[in-house]
Amino acid sequence: MSQAEKNYQSRPKAQADLEQHKQEAGQAGQVPAGPNAKKFKPDNPWKTVKQLFSYFRNNKKLFFAGILCVGLASLTAIALNAMLSPIIDSVVGDFDQPRFVQSLVIVAVIGIAQSAFMYLGGRFNAVLSQRTVTLIRQDLAAKLLHLPMSFFDTHTHGEIMSTFTSDIDTLSQTLDQAVSQFMTSIITFIGTTVMMIILSWKLFLVVAAFLVLMVLFTRFIASRSGRFYRERQGETASLNGFVEEMMTAQKVVKVFNYEDRAMADFEGRAESLRNSATKAASFGVVTWPVMGNLTFMMYAVVAMLGAFQVIAGSMSIGNIAAFLQYTRVIARPITQISQQMNNLFAAIAGAERIFRLLDAPEENMEGPVRLVASCDGQHGLCWRVPAQVEIQEGATRLDPSKLTYFESDPLISSSPGSYKLVPVIGDVRFQDVDFGYVPGQKVLHGVSLYAKPGQKIAFVGSTGAGKTTITKLINRFYDIHQGRITLDGIDIREINKFDLRSIISVVLQDVNLFSGSIRENIRYGRLDATDEEVIEAAKAANAHAFITRLEEGYDTELVQEGEGLSQGERQLLSIARTAIADPVIVIMDEATSSVDTRTEMQIAEGMDQLMAGRTTFVIAHRLSTVRDANAIMVLEGGEIVERGNHDQLMAQKGRYYNLNMGTLELE
Amino acid sequence: MFKKVLPYARPYRLPAILSPILMVLEVMADILIPLYMARIVNIGITNRDAAFVIQQGSIMIALALFGASTGIASSFCGAKAGFGIAYEMRKACYRSIQNYSFNNLDQMSVPSLITRLTSDAETVGTVSMMSLRMAIRAPFMLIFALIAAIRIDGELALVFAVVIPTIALIIMLMFKKAMPLFQKLRKRLDALNATIQEQLAGIDVIKAFNRQDHAYQQFTESNNALRASSLEAIMFMVALMPLMVLIINACLIAVLWFGGLKVAGGSLPTGDLIAFITYNMQIMMSLMMLANYIINLTFAKASFDRLQEAIETKPEMLEPAHPVGGVVDGSLRFEQVYFKYPGYKDDILSDINLDLAAGQSLGIIGPTGSSKSTLVQLIPRLYDVEKGRVLVGGQDVRDYRTKDLRAAIGMVLQQNTLVSGTIRSNMVWGNEEASDEQIIEALKQAQAWEFVSQYEDGLDHKVEQGGSNFSGGQKQRLTIARALLTNPKILILDDSTSAVDMDTDAKLQKAFKQGLDQVTLIMIAQRISSVKNLDQILVLDQGRIEALGTHEELLEKSEIYQEIYRSQQRGLPA
Repeated sequence: MSQAEKNYQSRPKAQADLEQHKQEAGQAGQVPAGPNAKKFKPDNPWKTVKQLFSYFRNNKKLFFAGILCVGLASLTAIALNAMLSPIIDSVVGDFDQPRFVQSLVIVAVIGIAQSAFMYLGGRFNAVLSQRTVTLIRQDLAAKLLHLPMSFFDTHTHGEIMSTFTSDIDTLSQTLDQAVSQFMTSIITFIGTTVMMIILSWKLFLVVAAFLVLMVLFTRFIASRSGRFYRERQGETASLNGFVEEMMTAQKVVKVFNYEDRAMADFEGRAESLRNSATKAASFGVVTWPVMGNLTFMMYAVVAMLGAFQVIAGSMSIGNIAAFLQYTRVIARPITQISQQMNNLFAAIAGAERIFRLLDAPEENMEGPVRLVASCDGQHGLCWRVPAQVEIQEGATRLDPSKLTYFESDPLISSSPGSYKLVPVIGDVRFQDVDFGYVPGQKVLHGVSLYAKPGQKIAFVGSTGAGKTTITKLINRFYDIHQGRITLDGIDIREINKFDLRSIISVVLQDVNLFSGSIRENIRYGRLDATDEEVIEAAKAANAHAFITRLEEGYDTELVQEGEGLSQGERQLLSIARTAIADPVIVIMDEATSSVDTRTEMQIAEGMDQLMAGRTTFVIAHRLSTVRDANAIMVLEGGEIVERGNHDQLMAQKGRYYNLNMGTLELE
Repeated sequence: MFKKVLPYARPYRLPAILSPILMVLEVMADILIPLYMARIVNIGITNRDAAFVIQQGSIMIALALFGASTGIASSFCGAKAGFGIAYEMRKACYRSIQNYSFNNLDQMSVPSLITRLTSDAETVGTVSMMSLRMAIRAPFMLIFALIAAIRIDGELALVFAVVIPTIALIIMLMFKKAMPLFQKLRKRLDALNATIQEQLAGIDVIKAFNRQDHAYQQFTESNNALRASSLEAIMFMVALMPLMVLIINACLIAVLWFGGLKVAGGSLPTGDLIAFITYNMQIMMSLMMLANYIINLTFAKASFDRLQEAIETKPEMLEPAHPVGGVVDGSLRFEQVYFKYPGYKDDILSDINLDLAAGQSLGIIGPTGSSKSTLVQLIPRLYDVEKGRVLVGGQDVRDYRTKDLRAAIGMVLQQNTLVSGTIRSNMVWGNEEASDEQIIEALKQAQAWEFVSQYEDGLDHKVEQGGSNFSGGQKQRLTIARALLTNPKILILDDSTSAVDMDTDAKLQKAFKQGLDQVTLIMIAQRISSVKNLDQILVLDQGRIEALGTHEELLEKSEIYQEIYRSQQRGLPA
């Protein structure tokens, strides 16, 4: 029953081919052009396969059942072909009716079994691959959300996304199809070979000679097409990178009358892609007619030699018929395997990337110091500090020696006297802090500063001076190398990160909004906020006016991270989001740079109210933003070069004065 | 669809025509081979004629050789034509996009254009190649094998009269049910990817707000929806193959039963039965191939349509029938200009009147959302006015060829973009023939030379994608230099110094005043200090001119201006 075999195998081929092209396009679209082109050869395939296998977890039975069914389906296909021999022999010469009928009944039974096994195998594999892929996706997502910030500095979004999309796609397809096809190919090949040897080992020698020829041919093709394939991969990446960049810059292209030059550049790249794609496809496709017709040649030679055998009386016609059927089947596994090899390697290489990501260490959120609500009815929030954690003197409103010990509340203390409760007031101190993103490259040198509760501290200085870095240290996006940062007298490394971040809100330079309504985006700051509170916060951030101007108001759905809103409007939303979070400490990183000063003043009025009693860190280069800060830190090259309030610094006529007055002579 | 592909296939006429012809020849050879095999069995074996066997066998080998060579040739032709077509379409699409107006670009959206130019074009290439091969191979194989089968035994071939329509029906029904399932699947996959992309982009926000669980939950919802949908679609497709195999096996049993009886009865030679079984297989295979092709075609059609849509989208901004020549000078005039974006109900700009002589300078200041950017984008005719006129060099901007108009205007958009390459390759956007001296001069004027000169490789310093290796202020200065290189009559800066610190900004002002006294300068700014020395300052509020005048005049008459001034001046020594 070779047709079933053939069909079964030929069906997904073209589809897989198309998918492959789609994948290529997709993955190249995310990976920038050039040397970043992805690897297709796995480093350590066995480790990866083992890891993958562990993902089958509770589905191991499913996996083996699938393999078993696929194997049985291939065996039934071989058995069907074998049945051809008795059927034909029973009708040639003297008609052996009982044998004829009996054989046909067996064919019918085997045929039904084949379909059943195919169906079950397909089902098991599909369920298994879907479960596995869903699980991997789930784990990947969880991992991504818990990776430390430094991970995202060394891995581009494109890289991560392509693991999420194309690597998983490839894996799911491989699990779904390639594994069973591989199995089918191997079983078919072995089974058919055995059957051929049983039918006529002499004829098989001829077949073996052809098989060697075929293997040599496929290897030749594989090496050539492999080269063109990689070439095409590179060209695709280059073209896609170009398109992505130029489409983003298309408005600039128009403004500069750059259309013709862009077109010429594009044409050159598209032309080289055409060349390499044509070559890769030619060599990819040529396998089919060559292998097909080699099979026919083998078929012809077998038919001739078989005829001699029949003439000599050493073989029956039925055996020849069956042997000829096998001849048509045996080459296919070779083609299949040679074509699947690339996919399989690509899938394992993809799985390797997936597992590398899954193996990456997560950000450690633990810390002995936890946040507890309204501890004694006097203060709002409190830090629950275990006895062994040191509390710095003078940094809290209360003298640490007089701090109350709570022994009655089991939530706070499990053993009497083991915890101290420190009120959360937002006292931030830097003591000789050194930091660098990359070891050996210091971005901050010996930074010391002190923000009293409710104060506003501003950072100014040229780009790259380390302003943004300082703010990322407070919420422990990064950990410092030397020195110490304390919050309410507690070293922040002792504080549970979730708790630490829950009292700090950051408004970043690049505003990130999420798809969903404006209301949901504001509520992101505090998930249980009421609609009234949302509007309240928007009003405070001065966003209410523009929101109500929108046709759908607060229900306006934001798409593509808030496309359609101006940069300023996005910043207003981001401020509203922060306002609703009710933080103890606020960090604003150039938060108002795209808002005009007049609007900014209106925001500031609202923010002033909100910021009352909150410690605030502001980074800005605009005077109006920093002027009323309690202290202004002028940063240069990672060091604080001047500090003081606006009037003091202006009087000093130093760097700050020059920055403001625009009179500084550089170099 | 096929008709629409034709123009793109024209440059590849020869391979596009040869490929199917060669394919038909290959199919013919493939179909003939079993016939000769039947002759070996029927005549050679029966007559014990070794010479006849060798003769027929040699014909078979010759046919296989012929099949191989036509097959190889067809593969090469098919690949050439297929990817040639994709190349032509891609090119046509890119060219068409180059002619898009800003409105077209806004409507089409950048990500969608990228998909069209990349993966859609790729799919079209693959499927074009398939169309030239599989779409030819399958039906011809079917027809030839049927003819051969009927010639062997017409009665036995009646089996196909039952089987072929059954299979065709099943495939059709399956498609009808499966297509929507796959569309749903695609949508959910896109949704999942969008979710993760968004979370990735906002990872710092998620972390800062401790929203990991919230994000995870969102993802889980998407992921579960995707899984449900995948299983639904796949379970459906999983049944297809076994069902086909069942029918094919039934067909085989029928052929063996009736054929076997005929052989036993002596009305059908044994070799013919074996050949018949081979044809049976080929017929079934071609049906499968056809089905497979149709699946791919359906997928590709969506890609093709998207590509075609992008190609056929006509720029809604028309070039004048009788264009006036180049721009003579940098004078600028707005006459009762109104503007709104398509789809918006309210005017974004209303009743704008403005007059600026060549070489004069104008500052524009106003709150966020007061349409400052929109106003200046009307000057190089990035958008067309709703009512009124915009005149540059005394002529309505719509009377110039847009190329001529824009050649006279240097503009720095608010979203300043650099592309990967070198500083030099970015600078020559402004002027193709610019010498290094000219580039350096422009960089100096834009206050960018001070950091560019620090690089060891100077102008050859690498620019990463989107200019990501430069700070905001550096990027702004580079884009200003690029605009200066166009040697413009009008220079428009749309909030282009917002990330530049005060002293650099001051130096820029000075450089503009000295170097660009012939150039009409229009500058949107947030800082009063950036505009206060300009000839005129326009205060824009909600799309209307609130006030127009010099710094001193505005300090007297414009409430908004005073407010802005005070907000920025507080604390500075007078």
